[in-house]
Amino acid sequence: MRKTIGLTGDGAAAEAMRQIDPDVVAAYPITPQTEIVERFAEFVAEGSVRTELVAVESEHSAMSACCGSSAAGARTITCTSSQGLALMHEVLYIAAGNRHPIVLINVNRTLSAPINIHNDQSDSLGSRDCGWIQLYCEGAQEVYDTVIQAVRIAEDPAVLLPVMVCLDGFVVSHNVEPINVLDDQEVKDFVGEFRPAYSLLDTENPVCLGNLTLPEYFFEHKYSQAYALEQSKGVIESVDQEFGAKFGRSYGIVEGYRLEDAEIAIVTLGSMVGTARAVTDELRSQGVKAGVLKIRCYRPFPIDEVVAALKNIKAAAVMEKALSPGAPGPAVFSDVLGALYHKGVHVNLISYVAGLGGRDVPARSIRRVYEHLEKIASSGRVDRILNYLDLRGWQ
Amino acid sequence: MVQINNAIRKLDKGALPVWYEIPLGGTLVSEGSTEYKTGGWRTKRPIWDPEDCSHCLICWIYCPEMAIQVKDGKITGIDTTLCKGCGICAQECPRDKAMTMAEGGDY
Amino acid sequence: MASLRELSQKEVLFTGGHRLCAGCPAPIVVKQALLAAPRAPIIVQPTCCLEISSAVFPYTAWKTPYYHNAFENAAAVASGIEAAVKALKKRGKLDAGKDYYIICIGGDGGTYDIGFQALSGMLERGHRVLYICYDNGAYMNTGIQRSGATPYGAWTTTSHVGEAQKGKQQHRKDLAWIAAAHGAYVANASLHNWRDFMRKVEKALNYEGSSFINIQAPCPRGWRFPENMTVEIARLGTETCFYPLFEVEDRGQKWVINYTPKNKLPITEYLKPQGRFAHFFQKDNEYLIEEFQAEVDRRWEHLQRLAKMSAE
Repeated sequence: MRKTIGLTGDGAAAEAMRQIDPDVVAAYPITPQTEIVERFAEFVAEGSVRTELVAVESEHSAMSACCGSSAAGARTITCTSSQGLALMHEVLYIAAGNRHPIVLINVNRTLSAPINIHNDQSDSLGSRDCGWIQLYCEGAQEVYDTVIQAVRIAEDPAVLLPVMVCLDGFVVSHNVEPINVLDDQEVKDFVGEFRPAYSLLDTENPVCLGNLTLPEYFFEHKYSQAYALEQSKGVIESVDQEFGAKFGRSYGIVEGYRLEDAEIAIVTLGSMVGTARAVTDELRSQGVKAGVLKIRCYRPFPIDEVVAALKNIKAAAVMEKALSPGAPGPAVFSDVLGALYHKGVHVNLISYVAGLGGRDVPARSIRRVYEHLEKIASSGRVDRILNYLDLRGWQ
Repeated sequence: MVQINNAIRKLDKGALPVWYEIPLGGTLVSEGSTEYKTGGWRTKRPIWDPEDCSHCLICWIYCPEMAIQVKDGKITGIDTTLCKGCGICAQECPRDKAMTMAEGGDY
Repeated sequence: MASLRELSQKEVLFTGGHRLCAGCPAPIVVKQALLAAPRAPIIVQPTCCLEISSAVFPYTAWKTPYYHNAFENAAAVASGIEAAVKALKKRGKLDAGKDYYIICIGGDGGTYDIGFQALSGMLERGHRVLYICYDNGAYMNTGIQRSGATPYGAWTTTSHVGEAQKGKQQHRKDLAWIAAAHGAYVANASLHNWRDFMRKVEKALNYEGSSFINIQAPCPRGWRFPENMTVEIARLGTETCFYPLFEVEDRGQKWVINYTPKNKLPITEYLKPQGRFAHFFQKDNEYLIEEFQAEVDRRWEHLQRLAKMSAE
C-alpha cells in the first residue's frame, strides 16, 4: 500500500533500497551518508531484506566488492560521500569500463583539505569523467524515486553501466520531508529481475574479464563504453516516463521552470534548484521574466535539451557547488558553454560558484545572481564571466 | 551470454575489430590461449628420449607452459608450439637421458 | 593425495600460450592449485605478472571463470563474489547444494603491500575464499622493485647495492604470522613440493572460512638465476629453512611444521646461486650473510617453539 511518511533524504534512499532488496550491498560509513548504511543494516538485522551486506574496511574495497558481486550476476548497490567517493575513484573507472550495472548513492559533501563534512558537489562533479551515469536530485522524494529508477537504467541491456544518484549532504540527506512511498510489491515489479549478460558463477560457461587490453584494442573498448553512456539518455528518459505513468511522478532529463518566456535564467543542479524556483516565483510576481533550468541528468550531458531550453534566454548563470581550479570555468558551466557551442547558439553565459563546504545559499543570494543577469540582459554586455557567490573579499 | 565476436578472431587475418565489435566490457570466453604460439621464444630445446623415460611425470607437474603432452598417464611428447625452452623439465628429470636440453630453438 | 599419474588425467584449466617469461614460477603454482581444486574455481587476480601475461585481450590462458579488477583489491573483489554466491543461493538463483570455490592468486606486491588492507578485511570478515600469494619477493611486473616480501640485503631496482647501502635494509614481513592472527587457515608452501602445496589447497578449499597460502615462487629474472633453476632454488629455500613449510589451524592456535630438513643447509647454499645476493660474497660483506642467517634461525626457532607449544 502506498503511504506518505516523514523521511530524510538518507532515509528515503534507505527505504528505496529496502524495497529494491538488492542481492548485495557493500558499503562503508561516512558522514553524511552514514544514515543510509545504518538504516540498511537495521533492515538486514530485522530480516526485512534478504541482502548480503558486506561491511567492508574501506570505500575502495566497497566499490571493489561491488564489482565482484556485479560480475557474479548479483544486483548490487552501495552508497558513499566525499572522501569515500574519492577513495573509490580508481575503481569507479573500472566499474564503468567492465560494464557493471552498480547503483551508487552519493551524498554530496566537499573534499578535503581543509577537512569539512558539509555539502558541496566537488566529490561527484570531480568524478564526472569516470564513465558513470550521474543523476542529481533536488529533494528527498526525488531521491527515493531516482534510486528505484537507477536500478532499471543501469541494468537495461542497452546501457549496462553504473549509475550514481546524487543528493546534497545535510540539505537533502538530513532534512525530513513527507515522502510518498510506493507499495513494496510495486517497487519489486518495477525493478524486476536482474538478468546479467554473463556471470562469473556460470562455471559451465566460464568467462574471463578485466583483461589487459593493449593499444590495438583499448581505444575501441573505451569508445564502445562511451557510446553506451551517450545512448543511455533515451533509457533514462523512458524509465522516468514509465515511472511517471505508473506512479504519477517524473522528472525528465532536465526541467525548465518558468522558462517559456524567460529572459534570464539560472542553470543549476541539486538542492539549489528548489531555492532558485522560490526566487523565480517572487521575481515573476514583480514582473521579472526569470526562470530556472534544472539539470537532473548530468552524465550523459543533455546537450539538445539544455540548448533548447536556453536558446531564447538573454542572460543565464550556471550555479554550481564546485571549483575547477585553474580551468577556464567550473565543470557544469564549461559543459553548458560547450553544449551551446555545439549548436551554434549564443547566450550571454556567466558562472557562479556557490555554497562551498556547506556555506548556505539563501534566497537573497540567488536574488543577487538574478540582478546580475538583469544587468547583462539589459546592457547586452557580460562584465565578468566567473563569479563567486558570498565569498568574503571578492568584489 | 557474452557475445564473443568473430571479429576478434580476425586478429590473425590482419583485420582488427571496430569499436562496436568489442564484446561487452571486453569480456572473453575462458577457452585457453594455445592458439597464441610461444614456441618461437625458445633459444634451447628439450629433447625427450622415450627409451630412457620412466613416465614419472615430474617434468609434467613443473612445466610452466603445459607443454609436456601426456596421455593415459604416459608422456607422448612436447608441444613445441608452446615450449619456451626454460629447461626446468631437464633440470628436474631424475634420469640421465630422458630429458636433455640442446642448443638452438628449432627442431 | 592423488598420484601424478592420476592427476595427469585431469584437464588443467590454464593453458600454454600465456606470455610469462621462460621458467616463470607463476604458471607452476597455478597448475598445481587448479589440479588440487574441484572443477572450475573462480579465479580473482590483482594486477601482477600472471594477470598481465595470462589474460591479454583477445586471448586468455584460463579455462575457468576469471576476474581481474585492480592492483590492491583482489581480496575485496573476491569478498563481493562470495557475497553474491550467498545472496543468489538464498534466493534460489543458484543451486544451494553446489559449492563455489573462489581463489585469489596474487603476487607479493599486491598481497603484502598495496593489497594488504583488502586482504586483512577479507580475512577478518571470514569470507570463504582461498588467497594464494605467489611470493617472488619483489615487484617483478614493474621491473624488480623491493616489496615488503623482499629479503634482507637483496638487490632490487629500488634497493641498490653501492658504497652507502648494500641492498634492502629491512627483513621481510612475516605475512603468514599476520594472516594467522586473523584466525584464517594459513599455510606456507613451496612450488617444488607439489604434494604438500596441493594438499594445502585442497584443505583450504574445504575450510569454512578464509584461508591464505603463501607459496615460494623463485623468479629467474628478478633473483638473477638461470631459468631452468626455478624449482631447485625453491628446494634450497626450504632446505635452508628460509622458506619453511608449515600450516596454522584452529584460528591461529595450532602451528604444524610440515617438513623439517634432515640437514638444515647453511643459508649460503640458497644465496650463492642468486645474482641478487652476489654482493654478500664480496670482501667485507660477510656481515650480510651472518645477519641473514641469524634472521632465518630466529624465525625457524620461533616456528619450532610455536609448533612445540601447539603439540603440547
